[in-house]
Amino acid sequence: MNAVTAIETKQALSNEPRKPVYLDYQATTPMDPRVLDAMMPYFIEKFGNPHSRNHTHGWEAEQAVEKARQQVAELIGADEREIVFTSGATESNNLAIAGVARFYKDRKNHIVTVATEHKCVLDTCRHLEQEGFEVTYLPVQQNGLIDLEALKQAITPKTVLVSVMAVNNEIGVVQPLREIGKICREKGAFFHTDAAQAFGKIPLDVNEMNIDLMSISGHKIYGPKGIGALFVRRKPRVRMIALIHGGGQERGFRSGTLPTPLCVGLGEAAAIAKREMAQEAERLAKLRDRFYESVKSRLPEVYLNGDLKSRIPGNLNLSFAYVEGEGLMMGIKDLSVSSGSACTSASLEPSYVLRALGVTEDLAHTSLRIGFGRFTTEDEVDYAADRIVEAVQKLRSMSPLWEMAQEGIDIKSIQWAAH
Amino acid sequence: MAYSDKVVDHYEHPRNVGSLDKNDPGVGTGLVGAPACGDVMKLQIKVNPEGIIEDAKFKTFGCGSAIASSSLVTEWVKGKTLDEAASIKNTQIAQHLALPPVKIHCSVLAEDAIKAAVADYRKKQQGS
Repeated sequence: MNAVTAIETKQALSNEPRKPVYLDYQATTPMDPRVLDAMMPYFIEKFGNPHSRNHTHGWEAEQAVEKARQQVAELIGADEREIVFTSGATESNNLAIAGVARFYKDRKNHIVTVATEHKCVLDTCRHLEQEGFEVTYLPVQQNGLIDLEALKQAITPKTVLVSVMAVNNEIGVVQPLREIGKICREKGAFFHTDAAQAFGKIPLDVNEMNIDLMSISGHKIYGPKGIGALFVRRKPRVRMIALIHGGGQERGFRSGTLPTPLCVGLGEAAAIAKREMAQEAERLAKLRDRFYESVKSRLPEVYLNGDLKSRIPGNLNLSFAYVEGEGLMMGIKDLSVSSGSACTSASLEPSYVLRALGVTEDLAHTSLRIGFGRFTTEDEVDYAADRIVEAVQKLRSMSPLWEMAQEGIDIKSIQWAAH
Repeated sequence: MAYSDKVVDHYEHPRNVGSLDKNDPGVGTGLVGAPACGDVMKLQIKVNPEGIIEDAKFKTFGCGSAIASSSLVTEWVKGKTLDEAASIKNTQIAQHLALPPVKIHCSVLAEDAIKAAVADYRKKQQGS
């Protein structure tokens, strides 16, 4: 192709309508094509039941599942016998918390968790409270991290389990896992961590970090939806009562035929993450910083929610003061992001995670979560920054709150009628 | 959630965005909602000596439906008497914009904004 044709082709391409830009990698991720390739043979050709012990079809599937189990274990420094496949992190969290609590209930009846945990952890704890367990919900500091002293004080001789998420799904902050693990081990409580947003994103080692149980998700790391895993420590042994009863698969912790292709997908996704995590983290941090600088340099009063340093590279959570989140999302329809505004959720409350950080309700309504991932390009990041700056400027020019702020009126001094 | 075409149209091409001089005795200002609830509407009307609303402006902090509701009512109140304007019902706004149930409160807020602007104007007139 000569130079002129190349330029013409480029121009022709640039006139095509732009595809919507996906910046919601904490919600889910597209599958890595390499993962799909690994899965394909196990749908039709190698379809056997991995629990069929007496024929080649079964052995073939079993071999694939066991390889996947090892791939998952290797990413967190675990033994493959410590990995239980589940349907996803929600099930893993349910199994870990309820399973452990119910097994040890004759001796211990107290659980410690955190106010900013995922709903599936909080909701499981609420159910356990109804069963008679006591639950302590630790607050977080303004940066989203727990206070280790508060944790130490919360753990009693009756505490069976401490459940602290590794990385928060809204604000991307990384909790001090190593320190938490050390405290739990000293105090004799099991340490469970919901690592749905951390597994494959940051280095994790269950032994160095004294983690006893870890929840893992497939679709957050470019693997398939509908598969997850739970790491359950063997030494010292952690025991649980199963949630799903049946044929006793997964060492009795989780009955039901394993979905071979999904297990293979999770394993392959974990293996890719192990190889590429370091360089991917570096690339995402650059993209994230590029986006943040671009927006911050053009817009005043943009606030970052959650700690910047102790954070996964692919997440930003920003409050654009005086502009309501859902209204803003409508102005950036070709960007897929998520908002902490009440209007985007079924409840009328703004994000409980942001509220737990002490972000005021009015600022919580103005927040966007922007997630970067494996397939995000520099061009997309620049485009997204331009569109967001444009939309915020337009909406601020229409915002009575922005007008008041410009006139020097303190919005908090006004007696607003709640509705 | 999908927005109706009318909501999208008002959001993308809002009518009568802006501010009138709130100290002008002929201007009534309504400010309703709360930042903590995620929507605030400011609606202003300019009333001529014959008691007819000859201009209206709005500024809104809120979702697309809130912006569309306030934009719509600025169109509706123009040329109306104060009583006519104050009799606009939220149901009319919701119906016109085809608001889903979770967005009905946006139309309620728009109705409140008109009533507040009319009340503010009347209060000013009594005071002068």
